[in-house]
Amino acid sequence: MSTLADLTEGQAATIVEVSGDDQISQRIMEMGLTDGEQVSLRRIAPMGDPMEFSVRGYRVSLRRAEAARVSVEIHPSKG
Amino acid sequence: MKYDAANSLRNTTNTAAQPRTVALVGNPNTGKSTLFSALCGVPTRIGNYPGVTVEEKLGKYNDGLGKITVVDLPGTYSLSARTPDEMVSVDVLLGRRREVPKLDAVIVIVDATNLERNLYLFTQVRQLGLPIVVVLNMWDRVGRADWKIDVSALSDRLGVPCVTATASKGVGLEPIKQAIRNATAAANNIQSCEPKLFPQTFYDEIELVDRWLADHGVEKLQSFLIERMLLDVGATTGEIASKSHLHSSLAALLNDSRQRLAAAGCRVPAVETKARYAWIREQLTGIAQRPTQDLQTGSDRIDRVLTHRFWGLLVFALIMFGIFQAIYSGATAFMDGIESCQGWVTATVQALMPSGILRSLITDGIVAGVGSVIVFLPQILLLFFFIGLLEDCGYMARAAFVMDKVMTKLGLSGKSFLPLMSSYACAVPGIMATRTIDNWRDRLVTILIAPLMSCSARLPVYLLLIYAFVPDTSWLGGWVNLRGLILMAMHLVGLCFAIPIAWTLKKFVFGGQPSPFVMELPSYKWPSQRVVLYRVLERGQAFVGRAGLLIFCTSVLIWAAGYLPSDHTELHAVTNQIESLEAGTDPGAEKSAQLIALEEEQRRLNSRLIRESYLGQAGTFIEPAVKPLGWDWKIGVGVIASFPAREVIIATLGTIYSLSGESSDESGLEQALRQSTWPDGRPVYTLPVAFSLMVFFALCAQCAATLMVIRHETNSWRWPIVTFVYMTSLAYLGALLTYQVGSRIFG
Repeated sequence: MSTLADLTEGQAATIVEVSGDDQISQRIMEMGLTDGEQVSLRRIAPMGDPMEFSVRGYRVSLRRAEAARVSVEIHPSKG
Repeated sequence: MKYDAANSLRNTTNTAAQPRTVALVGNPNTGKSTLFSALCGVPTRIGNYPGVTVEEKLGKYNDGLGKITVVDLPGTYSLSARTPDEMVSVDVLLGRRREVPKLDAVIVIVDATNLERNLYLFTQVRQLGLPIVVVLNMWDRVGRADWKIDVSALSDRLGVPCVTATASKGVGLEPIKQAIRNATAAANNIQSCEPKLFPQTFYDEIELVDRWLADHGVEKLQSFLIERMLLDVGATTGEIASKSHLHSSLAALLNDSRQRLAAAGCRVPAVETKARYAWIREQLTGIAQRPTQDLQTGSDRIDRVLTHRFWGLLVFALIMFGIFQAIYSGATAFMDGIESCQGWVTATVQALMPSGILRSLITDGIVAGVGSVIVFLPQILLLFFFIGLLEDCGYMARAAFVMDKVMTKLGLSGKSFLPLMSSYACAVPGIMATRTIDNWRDRLVTILIAPLMSCSARLPVYLLLIYAFVPDTSWLGGWVNLRGLILMAMHLVGLCFAIPIAWTLKKFVFGGQPSPFVMELPSYKWPSQRVVLYRVLERGQAFVGRAGLLIFCTSVLIWAAGYLPSDHTELHAVTNQIESLEAGTDPGAEKSAQLIALEEEQRRLNSRLIRESYLGQAGTFIEPAVKPLGWDWKIGVGVIASFPAREVIIATLGTIYSLSGESSDESGLEQALRQSTWPDGRPVYTLPVAFSLMVFFALCAQCAATLMVIRHETNSWRWPIVTFVYMTSLAYLGALLTYQVGSRIFG
């Protein structure tokens, strides 16, 4: 299963599950990254980490390690 | 439930003018503090809630019926309390905090362009059973971006009044006040009628826990708290509510509950966010249409440059460099103006009063002391202006995004960047800003290194010494100035030490994972004049207040220490004689032999009196310790006197030099420093001495306020003591090295 950390810039995906029950996972979900939601990767910070995602009409940044908790189904690219 | 506006209006009439209390809650970046100041102006109370590190901010306004107290709660995305600090908001909202009266209503401020995520907090607040007013802020942007939000339909769906506002422009305040008036009036009639968002099995488990708590003699808790106990794995909410001896058995109970829920397909904590967000989307369907065009296109275009691998870092560096150059050159005119004002006041006082202890107190203690600190206010205001600008336009979050990777190398997160950057203005708000760091170890390390960032109180010291000893050389047609470069270098000294210290602390003292970096990147906007100005004034006022009070007291004390215990009768007699002679002669005429002799006598007396004073005795006592740094006793005395607040050194040196007669009234302290000599006639201040003094000030913990804030934030004396000891030792060694190396190169 792919995770958010596997996305390339501009790629979109649908969230399958956010793993973990600790505070970091809870925070990720509270920010609107919940099952079935669409996410896309907007950009990666200059030094490769963190990553900026678009979700629910706003922008949120996650580190790679955090993004890896979010398993997703990557949308096929439009060509 | 339908929101019945007519009904709540009817209730308005029969409420007396009772004082009412409302709380203001909202996500970060929603303009919450802006709304607070638009409603209440300056806070009537700013302090801290006892036992925790959360700021208690209260304001008042009159709505025509009576006083309304507004409690500003910290910006948060959720009421799930992970720390005792986050628990404060929950406790205030539930009326469990004694410092805050029971609430009559809650204002939930939301970013109208980001409704879905902002309403998440609303769904939690709604469960508390208080009347709510939802403020859809940043409404101007909704219109501009072609959003379609049906406000009255939203009010109906959410079951609470929704009002629109643009707090940064002061638009929509009256409707908000009206809605609060109605809501507080309806307070007694409100029924908690929130729809059940979760599956029934979840409520069964809540019931189970509630019964268990009752069986174990625990006082009845609000159902919201029990819900949080179940939902927040390993978080504070449950711990606070339960008695310690029940702790482990309660934890086991909750764990069993969670397992049953997971088996039923309601995994904790996912069940909560899923249910709430599903409900929100349902309510918004058909009445809040996002614009077809992505709102963030503009921000994206800007970010393509500002977070670029090369250009992003370059722009970041240029912004920092630009700020320091602007402060340096922009404030010069103001400085000259204030300095001449000060000279005028001193001259006026001298013309009006005969020489004596009172005149000495006024000119040498008060005017010389406070005046030479206020001279630097323009720089400080400029610096706060730039920081306010960067914060309000949205760049600060990008700086954290760009810097995060570097900061993780130190074991910190990009979130530490903002507190550290703010510490460049003043470590006090910087250390307070560490509250945004959720990980305690990250936060503590940030607090410990924050005072090393070159705060604005060091600026006067740098400026004085740079103006006095660094040549005014410019290149590239005046765009790059040697003094500006040195000033920038001084601002980096502390940082150079902070990096290895942070790394060492994280590596060897506090281990563990860095805190998460789940951060919103707000879209860029044109900074609001009102917001930036308010911030500049608030912080400028804080600086003057602090400097005014602390420096006034210190400079009077220092004046007294420099004046006492010797007998000044002889000196006053000589001074009065000189002044009457000067008054009698033409200002252009040559000095008479008698006047020259008297002036010589005056200098001799001054020099003897200061050496005999308490201050002189202390300075002479520590001279052996500071001599290896290249300092004489006067610098030693100045440094000792500036431990409570480093900016005091200017006042102290001013007092010392003005008292000892080395600086005449017209020429400034710079002149006095340049002319100051050792007993054998060598100048005291050489370039290495100036640098050794600047390095000392860059590294030393000379700020009682910072230490007190650390004490407060860490709730322990241990950390301010650690900070004081490590920084002072570092400063001494740094200054020693600078002088010893510098004097071998230049000397």
